[in-house]
Amino acid sequence: MRELKVLGVVIFFTLVVYIGVEPFAHSQMHPHVAPADFAFKDLPTQTKTGDANKGAESFMNAGCIGCHGLKSQGMTSPFDDATASASFGVVPPDLSSSGLIYDTNFLAALIKNPAHALNVEHKFNENKPHPMTQFYGLGGDIDQEVADIVAYLKSVAPQKIEDKELFQDACQRCHSMKYANITSNSDTEALTKYMGSTPPDLSMMIRSKGKDYLETFINNPQKQLKGTAMPRVGLTEQAQEQVISYMENTGDRKKAERDALGPKVIGFMIIFTILAYLWKVKIWREVH
Amino acid sequence: MAEITKANGIGDWFDQRLATKKLAKVMMTEYWIPKDINFLWAMGVVLVVLFKILIISGIFLLMYYKPDVNLAFDSVNYTIMQEVEYGWLWRHMHGVAASLIFLVIYIHMFTGIYYGSYKKGREMIWLTGMALFGMFSAEAFSGYMLPWGQMSYWAAQVITNLFGGIPVIGDALVIWIRGDFTVADPTLTRFFMLHVLLLPLVIILLIAVHFYSLRIPHVNNQEGENIDFDVESEKYLAGNKKESKVVPFWPVFLSKDFFVVGIALTLFFYLTFYHFNFAMDPINFEPANAMKTPAHIYPEWYFLWSYEVLRGFFFPVGPIAAMDIGLAAFGFANVIFMIFPFLDRDPIVKPAHQRPRFKIWFWILLVDMIVLTVYGKLPPIGVNTWIGFVAAMTFILLFVALPFITKKDAGGAK
Amino acid sequence: MAVKQSRRDFLGMAFGGFAAVGGAISLVAMKQTWDPLPSVQAAGFTTVDLSNMEDGQLSTITWRGKPIFILKKTADMKKNVNRDVVVGNADYSVMIGLCTHLGCIPTWAPSTLQFKCACHGGEFDENGVNTFGPPPRPMDIPPFKIDGTKLVLGETGPEYEKLVAKA
Repeated sequence: MRELKVLGVVIFFTLVVYIGVEPFAHSQMHPHVAPADFAFKDLPTQTKTGDANKGAESFMNAGCIGCHGLKSQGMTSPFDDATASASFGVVPPDLSSSGLIYDTNFLAALIKNPAHALNVEHKFNENKPHPMTQFYGLGGDIDQEVADIVAYLKSVAPQKIEDKELFQDACQRCHSMKYANITSNSDTEALTKYMGSTPPDLSMMIRSKGKDYLETFINNPQKQLKGTAMPRVGLTEQAQEQVISYMENTGDRKKAERDALGPKVIGFMIIFTILAYLWKVKIWREVH
Repeated sequence: MAEITKANGIGDWFDQRLATKKLAKVMMTEYWIPKDINFLWAMGVVLVVLFKILIISGIFLLMYYKPDVNLAFDSVNYTIMQEVEYGWLWRHMHGVAASLIFLVIYIHMFTGIYYGSYKKGREMIWLTGMALFGMFSAEAFSGYMLPWGQMSYWAAQVITNLFGGIPVIGDALVIWIRGDFTVADPTLTRFFMLHVLLLPLVIILLIAVHFYSLRIPHVNNQEGENIDFDVESEKYLAGNKKESKVVPFWPVFLSKDFFVVGIALTLFFYLTFYHFNFAMDPINFEPANAMKTPAHIYPEWYFLWSYEVLRGFFFPVGPIAAMDIGLAAFGFANVIFMIFPFLDRDPIVKPAHQRPRFKIWFWILLVDMIVLTVYGKLPPIGVNTWIGFVAAMTFILLFVALPFITKKDAGGAK
Repeated sequence: MAVKQSRRDFLGMAFGGFAAVGGAISLVAMKQTWDPLPSVQAAGFTTVDLSNMEDGQLSTITWRGKPIFILKKTADMKKNVNRDVVVGNADYSVMIGLCTHLGCIPTWAPSTLQFKCACHGGEFDENGVNTFGPPPRPMDIPPFKIDGTKLVLGETGPEYEKLVAKA
């Protein structure tokens, strides 16, 4: 009958507006990107099998601890945070968990050519080198030596890591997360100069960017934000999931409560509507 | 002095002092509404319910919100959203209701246009209604500033900049509105005052006048029939409910309203819990940064058609700058709806489907405003700018044409 | 006619009642919105290290926004088995430093071993017991727990329970 036609017209035009303004417009503003590549296909695959014991020696000889700490093995960083920030622009990360949270091939590629693996070659070149120097080898087969070092890092890494600790190891050197009481350990001024702009606080990033965006962004920042100074840090799929989960717990702590309460309130309104309809019919029966 | 006697019951006690029985008849049981209506007639009550939700959720947000540029963002996104028990619920309800109320306002407005409920004694209803639209727009704009996110800041910056286009006093006016050279703390606190006190009071006052202005001309009906309410109400009160062309506001009209409200609130809560990004734009979850404009900037959806008229004129004409043409068009677009009753030269109240030229005019206007809305959101590049221009010109031409086509329709009817 | 009316009323009442239940539940949610925030409740615990205090020293710290008097008692100060807090091998007077009359903060006068309240002249001894003026009872003892040489305010320990039982 006519009222249903009217309802149909209203719903139709409302949907046209909604679809145009939301899904359609947003697809225009944020074109679809390829999904995250946790295999890091653009980087070479390791050909050698690493020996952790040899790797322990190579690790020391390579001079990694000249900048990096390896807390779990009792090796602290030679710099305090302030000095490290002043020297490098950012505090070099502690490597205790690196064997667990970063992809193996990525680690190998990183050691051999940091700027390339991190995807920041648009910023660093011979005239402006990346603060982490390339590994030129210890005289032997460089690929074997790198494989050994990576194997060593994997051997000293924990089996599991808490979300918060992972976040601190992978992200805290640049990013703060006020709502989790985490402050970046690099000096803000030095960091801003090094990066070109201040890395944003991540407290609400899960809501301002959304899970889908973050999944592709963290895996390769250049995909979503071409030219950004943020490096690709090489997290494994599991590690990235933990980071995003941590961001959700900080920026959208009440999601579970919200999802649980929804059906109850909507259910209440449905019953309300049914009762309202029954009463309306009763009342209008007298006047039709 | 009224004759006060011993009351027989508490109802009678109040009636002797406040005439509550008479009041109930006038406002409720003998306030006559035509029977020939559809669910669109319920939009008014839906608006009242949504406004009530905004006020109540607003009251709870107000308990924890801090109107200071250093504290605002965290007071909303940390304290209210993540610490306060049900704080997230009040915030989601407030944001979704604000967006939904504009959908219902537009439906309500276009219902009035379609059925001719703005003329023949109903001009004041229309004028107060359009004033309410203006006040709600100001309320929405001031409210959006409060979380102090990226959109809050940049929307405020852009919209306050608009006033610079006013000749002679423009630049000084912008600084005066902001209370500072740029959008800053004084701007936030004064818009907080507007949003929380002054505008709600004005809105409540306007709603009261809007309701009052409805009483004497009475509510319209689907055919635009000029009902004799005295005769019809007599029929109803005599027990002839089925023959009468009217029904009382309470309980008959309201019983249908409650059902429509039920459906509206079911949808509302679904959106509140599960689908709210359209109302709480993700960009606003980034703290305001005066040094960085977001890559994509746009107002809330209900302002988009107006925004597109503003940017629809992107080339100068002779000595007049594009910006000034756009501003003039924007001013025109926002004011022209106000004088709608006086642009319609057909004095007879009829639904659009009984007015051949007006019917076409109506659907073109609706489609045009939807095109303006969608293109107001799209980046202004390539063919989008030209479509925006055509849509904006169409809007202006529609209103220029309105007096002529309605006169033609009226002439034809004779 | 009468039957129809009462049936309509029943439905209307069921509908109205259901809506009212929804209203009542919203009121509960609204009440909870006013509850002290988690950060406020977490801040309700303060730890004080007493090991550096000297005999006769009055230390004033803040707990839940209120001043707390901690007095390390000397040998010539009166003992009070019902109020003394023993930490290590010293006696302390521990009390919320608000006059029990109307809430002003009394001033400690070491010369007369008295807390004197400027607002209406109330007086308390070194144990916080009211001795003169309008205060109706001694200054309140806050919930505390003894942790070695530290006093944790906000948590209750067995020593606190004992004092409360004696009061």
